[in-house]
Amino acid sequence: MLLAEGLRHAFGPVRALDDVSFTLQPGRTLAVFGPNGAGKTTLLKVLAGLIQPQAGHARIEGGRRAVGWIGHQPQLYGQLTVWENLRFWASLYDVAPAAGILTRLGLDAHRDRPVRALSRGLVQRVAIARALIHDPRVLLLDEPFTGLDRTAAEAFRRLLAEQAAGGRATVLVTHNVEEGTELATDVAFMRAGRFVRLEPRAGRGADAIADAYRAAVTGG
Amino acid sequence: MDSLLRHAWRLARKDLLVEFRSRTAILSAVVFTVLVLVVFNFGRDPTAVAAVDLAPSILWVTFTFAAMLALNRAFQLELENQALDGLLLAPVHRASIYLGKLLANLAFVAAVECVGLPLFALFFNVRVLPVLVPLAGVIALATVGFVAVGTLFSAMTARTRFAELLLPVLLLPFMIPPLIWAVLATGALLAGRPLSEIGGWLKLLAAFDLAFIVVAFLLFPATVNE
Repeated sequence: MLLAEGLRHAFGPVRALDDVSFTLQPGRTLAVFGPNGAGKTTLLKVLAGLIQPQAGHARIEGGRRAVGWIGHQPQLYGQLTVWENLRFWASLYDVAPAAGILTRLGLDAHRDRPVRALSRGLVQRVAIARALIHDPRVLLLDEPFTGLDRTAAEAFRRLLAEQAAGGRATVLVTHNVEEGTELATDVAFMRAGRFVRLEPRAGRGADAIADAYRAAVTGG
Repeated sequence: MDSLLRHAWRLARKDLLVEFRSRTAILSAVVFTVLVLVVFNFGRDPTAVAAVDLAPSILWVTFTFAAMLALNRAFQLELENQALDGLLLAPVHRASIYLGKLLANLAFVAAVECVGLPLFALFFNVRVLPVLVPLAGVIALATVGFVAVGTLFSAMTARTRFAELLLPVLLLPFMIPPLIWAVLATGALLAGRPLSEIGGWLKLLAAFDLAFIVVAFLLFPATVNE
């Protein structure tokens, strides 16, 4: 379970988080939509414990070990091969990397290639594998579809759906409504550090969510 | 304690593997070491100052600035793809990260010193072999202190602009005492003085190492948190 209560954080005069509160139960996926600079990445960093909020608190059941994170950068070492990277990150969680994740993400043929030699899309797939390597209970995903081609994005959506079915709670932040809607059980629209709306998706499709997003964020 | 050491070792091994693959920093440091020794060798007037009087200072100036290259790179490596965030998210004690970086930096600097010391003996015609064991002790003690403080400052400066400039500016004032002790101890050994004469400097170096490793362990978590 993930709990955020009254989160506030500012970078100088810029309010990145302004009284953000929500609870996310296992198996739920919260898609947070917002324009650039709305505070989405800061929210994820605060939830992960990478930034200490100036007010409020966030709690993830299971602590840091329970978090799987995909950020703007892949958090990989370019000089190491795909497998060496995964082995290293798994070792920090005291688990062995499962080779199955490579197959699942279409990385078998790239296992022994250095990460710096891979395309942007392949690097993103390795970043996904890294985030899932320790079987986390909570996924914090920041624009996770960046760089993925249509096939890889579809495979990743299926993987995330399985993770949710397996009881993982997911917070997915994106500015792209089409990408995030399908997976979401709940949606939040964010502007200037605030959740201007937080509600269940209630079966709405991308178009309906996009309309609601425009109304909430731009007033249009 | 077991997991602290285990994770530190895994981090150090990863850093060394990355360096082994790229060889960027180690080659730069070795070339720098060779160039400095060559410049000092040909730049000095051998009739004005005896080599044995000048050599210890040159040795430690060379090692200090060569080590700076390693220290500068230690945390830059983690910032390239925001890997540092991954380390901070992992269930790894912050002290493990420090210790891992310390071990990798020590291995790196030791490798540079292993190349630099024979060249130093060659260029300055000083007899290193008869005092190799106690000299290795002096070098090891001084290097541990230097790298312990340097690793901490490297973490502090890595996220700043002008990190490569800031690191030596912050680090060198802290290094003045141990460098003086190391230079004095090295000079005494090369001049054939009895070992009992360097005992005091070795104790000071050991005390410096212990004090700053403890301080660095305590301060490191605060330096890497955003």
